Amino acid sequence: MANVTLRNVRKTYTGGFEAIKGVNVDVGDGQFCVLVGPSGCGKSTLLRMVAGLETVTGGEIDIGGRVVNQIEPADRDIAMVFQNYALYPHMSVYNNMAYGLRNRGMAEAEIKTRVEEAARVLELSAMLERKPRQLSGGQRQRVAMGRAIVRQPKVFLFDEPLSNLDAKLRIAMRVEIRKLQRRLNTTSIYVTHDQLEAMTLADILVVMNGGQVEQVGNPLAIYEKPATTFVASFIGAPPMNLMSTRPEEIRSQLAGSAAADAGILGIRPEDFVITDETPAGGVALPLTVEAIERVGAETFVYGSRQQEDQRVAATPGELPPGEVIVRIPGTEAPAIGAKIRVAAVQSKLHLFSGDGRKRIEA
Amino acid sequence: MQKQAIFQSKLLPYALVAPQLAIVLIFFYWPALQALIQSFLLQDAFGLSSSFVWFDNYLELFRERAYFEAIVRTFFFSFAIAVSSLSFALLLAVMADKPLRGSLLYRTLLIWPYAVAPPVVGVLWIFMLHPSLGVLSRYLRALGIDWNPLLDGDQAAALIILAAAWKQISYNFLFFLAGLQSIPRSVLEAAAIDGARPMRRFWTVTFPLLSPTIFFLLVVNIVYAFFDTFGIIDTMTRGGPGKSTETLVYKVYSDGLLGGNLGSSAAQSVILMIMVIVLTGIQFRFVERKVTY
Repeated sequence: MANVTLRNVRKTYTGGFEAIKGVNVDVGDGQFCVLVGPSGCGKSTLLRMVAGLETVTGGEIDIGGRVVNQIEPADRDIAMVFQNYALYPHMSVYNNMAYGLRNRGMAEAEIKTRVEEAARVLELSAMLERKPRQLSGGQRQRVAMGRAIVRQPKVFLFDEPLSNLDAKLRIAMRVEIRKLQRRLNTTSIYVTHDQLEAMTLADILVVMNGGQVEQVGNPLAIYEKPATTFVASFIGAPPMNLMSTRPEEIRSQLAGSAAADAGILGIRPEDFVITDETPAGGVALPLTVEAIERVGAETFVYGSRQQEDQRVAATPGELPPGEVIVRIPGTEAPAIGAKIRVAAVQSKLHLFSGDGRKRIEA
Repeated sequence: MQKQAIFQSKLLPYALVAPQLAIVLIFFYWPALQALIQSFLLQDAFGLSSSFVWFDNYLELFRERAYFEAIVRTFFFSFAIAVSSLSFALLLAVMADKPLRGSLLYRTLLIWPYAVAPPVVGVLWIFMLHPSLGVLSRYLRALGIDWNPLLDGDQAAALIILAAAWKQISYNFLFFLAGLQSIPRSVLEAAAIDGARPMRRFWTVTFPLLSPTIFFLLVVNIVYAFFDTFGIIDTMTRGGPGKSTETLVYKVYSDGLLGGNLGSSAAQSVILMIMVIVLTGIQFRFVERKVTY
């Protein structure tokens, strides 16, 4: 059991490329920390630095009160689950799990107990003698998990462990991982680019972009109060609608001093309602319906604003300027081409500075 | 799905494979057949007539002590050449697989010896290790070694093994490097996290995963040591001193072309042919199985 603390961690490659630009994260004992961000944001690099597979060029990585910057991966008391599972193809499932224990000189009897216990938990007991190539993707994934848990390490590291599975299995394994982690109560760091996985698994969510941490916190707190427009558009699907506050149409509706400083207004698709009323302090927008997506329980309405909007600072899942997504329950939707009016209440408005880097509280 | 090309004329497919077939028939089957026929014939001392003697040439051969010595010697050479060139090539490949500055240059240079023809290899090593001309011989003498491969059979054998193994290192290196690069990095990283130190990682993960490459190369190297060392032996020692470097292939040449005993020489070639068929058979069966670990 251990805390993991990253203090101003940096990684600069010999070519001068700065992959990690000073990251500070504190993962408490037994917590499940998820690093999420678009590909190339440095989340995997950061995880590999914690594992000891990449050197640290600045700052400190602290596992259980010990700075591990110069310590070999083997001596950090961590276990890692790789994206491609990285099973030893020439070893049986049993030996795959026993390998790490044998390297540490554990007695065969104790190894047998631990491997059999892990196999029972992961429902692998029937296939201990098989080779990895005789297993399905989900089974391989479980062997990789088993290899990690038999070691009873201080920290589990997961590098996009579910990305090679099909959608259905991914959801099942996601729940399995969460249950297992809760039961073992082992500190975990999990890397993913899937915001849904991130939201459902995390105790602490770390949203990364361009080698930097955009926001750290409880997933729901991040969803409710994103610190930057990047986080606002990355967390939540479909992404938050972001629009410039400059057009008169919006400026006139935003009252108060905070709104005066804001350059960007954000409203989540689910916070809109189709109505002719304008709630006090809220924002209403007239839209022309461009497209409808029905997914059963809910419907997405894609509308365009009458006025052309300016592009605002955000990247992931960016909408074309002037386009607004509205999420409504059920399958009833306005016809394409219809003119509708949508509104959001004041408490659901998110205001950001003009460059999108700062949240402004109303 | 079976793919079947449709030809207008029934003769066209045969015409298309004919050149290839002609080459195989003229340069492989014809000489092989000649050797087979020849091995049943005994020529008179002047080479004017020959008589059919059934298996006499073979029986004669098996009664000959020198032939058994040549068999033992050939197996010893093959083993020594294969083991030394394989292990040295593996060592170099492991080194070259590390992320090094200028590794491309290093790798390219290591591949060069493969382009050198065997007789040239022989001449090259002679220049370095000739008792009176060789550069290295002086140092060996300075070290107190009585170096004279022209007189000492064991030294001559060592010289042949050295030269033959040296030439084959490049080829083995290339395959080992490719083999090493096909091992996923993450598997080795997983082993590192699992607490395996570099040496243990090599022997428990890298080496087993290379085993298909090693087996393939072992067969290739044995075939090489059996047959392709002729040029090296011919330029360096001509099978001597005495018969200390006379391998089976060299004996075919010296008995047949130098000694004029065509019948025995042909019988020896037939036996060699059978050996190479067996070796290739083993290799094919193995390659077809593909996954072995």
